[in-house]
Amino acid sequence: MSMSPQAAPAVTTPPAPGPKETDGRTSQRPLALRLLARPEVGVFLGAVAVLVFFLIAAPSVRQGSSMATVLYQSSTIGIMALPVALLMIGGEFDLSSGVAVITSALTASMLSYQLTMNVWVGVIVALLVSLGIGAFNGWMVVRTGLPSFLVTLGTFLILQGVNLAVTKLVTGNVATDDISTMDGFDQAKKIFASSFDVGGVQVKITVVWWLVFAALATWVLLRTKYGNWIFAVGGNKDSARAVGVPVNFTKITLFMTVGFGAWFVGMHQLFSFNTVQSGEGVGQELIYIAAAVIGGCLLTGGYGSAIGPVFGAFMFGMVNQGIVYAGWNPDWFKAFLGVMLLGAVLINLWVQRTATRR
Amino acid sequence: MTTNGTGTHGAIIEDTMPEEDRPLVELRNAGKSYGNIRALHGVSLTVQSGKVTCVLGDNGAGKSTLIKIISGLHQHTEGEFLVDGTPVRFTTPREALDKGIATVYQDLATVPLMPVWRNFFLGSEMTKGPWPVRRLDIEKMKKTADEELRNMGIVLDDLDQPIGTLSGGQRQSVAIARAVYFGARVLILDEPTAALGVKQSGVVLKYIAAARDRGLGVIFITHNPHHAYMVGDHFSVLRLGTMELSADRSEVSLEELTNHMAGGAELAALKHELAQVRGVDVEELPEAEDLQAPVAASSEGTS
Repeated sequence: MSMSPQAAPAVTTPPAPGPKETDGRTSQRPLALRLLARPEVGVFLGAVAVLVFFLIAAPSVRQGSSMATVLYQSSTIGIMALPVALLMIGGEFDLSSGVAVITSALTASMLSYQLTMNVWVGVIVALLVSLGIGAFNGWMVVRTGLPSFLVTLGTFLILQGVNLAVTKLVTGNVATDDISTMDGFDQAKKIFASSFDVGGVQVKITVVWWLVFAALATWVLLRTKYGNWIFAVGGNKDSARAVGVPVNFTKITLFMTVGFGAWFVGMHQLFSFNTVQSGEGVGQELIYIAAAVIGGCLLTGGYGSAIGPVFGAFMFGMVNQGIVYAGWNPDWFKAFLGVMLLGAVLINLWVQRTATRR
Repeated sequence: MTTNGTGTHGAIIEDTMPEEDRPLVELRNAGKSYGNIRALHGVSLTVQSGKVTCVLGDNGAGKSTLIKIISGLHQHTEGEFLVDGTPVRFTTPREALDKGIATVYQDLATVPLMPVWRNFFLGSEMTKGPWPVRRLDIEKMKKTADEELRNMGIVLDDLDQPIGTLSGGQRQSVAIARAVYFGARVLILDEPTAALGVKQSGVVLKYIAAARDRGLGVIFITHNPHHAYMVGDHFSVLRLGTMELSADRSEVSLEELTNHMAGGAELAALKHELAQVRGVDVEELPEAEDLQAPVAASSEGTS
């Protein structure tokens, strides 16, 4: 820096030259690498790979009706995987989400049947119960500061027991009574469990709902205040609180969103099968969580997308049905899942390391 | 429970100078007990607009408790806490923010995986559109963040990079720029230089001076008397939860300050370190007037 006197003024100028001064220390990484760092790109490639694989391995997958079945299977997982993914980005998870679906369906079914009321009464009450369960989970987590794993494991066991015991108590059976002849059933079935025709192929309405919810979740996550808060409470809860983000509100409402998802899937099951088996739903929560993780959501929170779990759920549906169409032993399904999950976790780890590397 | 929807953040609030010399924030014999442990006792402190109040103390002296009270994370259990002359008791950081008290924390200032601009506006996002489709005004936020950072002399290539990829000094600087932008009248800095190298500390000290010159009252928490003396107007030394020293710049020398901070035994070693730190920092800070400046030390305290 020791310059001759003449050069000295020139040295003082650099601090504020043009409007677009650059730091110059960060180099732009190649496009491919930047794309791969997006949470949904890895799973998108994975989904494409699985699809292509089964298109080749199982010729019957190429038919429209098979594809509709795959999408239907994916949508029932996908609708729940969305709120579970949002919750995961918000830094928590919910082990009770699988049985909460059944709780919701049981509530609607038994309430309407036992009191011989319009099914809509049951549907509304089930929604309140589901939101209540979510609110309880969230409230317990933010109040006690316990890991959500423990709190929701408790809720999971409680709901599992309540589902079985109350159903037995009320109906004297392990399943609820058929409600298909009750008032409002057809109407509700239209919304939750109908099919429509696309070029001669029957497509379930849940596929539409799935994509609508995914679009909505993406918009909320990336374009609204609330979405910003979700990333923040998952990324660093204390920082978020310190800059004025309502952390408790955000977490509790995220749990309630999972409750909403559970209600929706519960209603779908009720109105497509007319009865509910009280012991179902166990283990589903792990499928949802796996779909979210495969979809690029970080288990520790603060990172992920809503579109990733869509592809994650599609991979599940594709593998699940593809194995059947290929004529293989369906027992292989779980092994496939495990491989997919591990692969996704490894990609996540790599992404997190490269994204935060200096 | 949640103080949500607190109106229109995002508007630049010009320096709201109080008409008289009333302190922005004042603590009178304030204290805090956690159960039967008295973390802080009998602390008096005033923060004036355009002045830097330094709070020094070793680990466990009660510095963190003090700022947590002022920033609304904890409540005081004794004494008085006044903002603009009225007693207050904050229950959430949001309330403190609404009073114009912003805190920049050493470690929890930012969310590492979120982009710089999202961090800049976190908790006070700009939105547009009516309620059902009210959405983030991303372009405006990016533009504003870029402008504000440049105004503070922080130049970043890509505001979309996760803030975790920035250096510690840059992150502190972003947090300070953010607080200044959101109309903070009082800026609390929790050991902003603790984890930084000498040069980066210089950068942060420069932004403290910039914030002060904009008319903010600054509370600068540190355990480094050299850093404190470079920008401070008033010095308070905490020891074991009580005030050991409270003096204006004119009443205390750096040597005395260091003496209060460290016992006599460590003084010799610190003196040595002091010479080094001053030597480097004085060279780094002004940059331009390297050779012209007759007295190097004059570029610091403008008390």
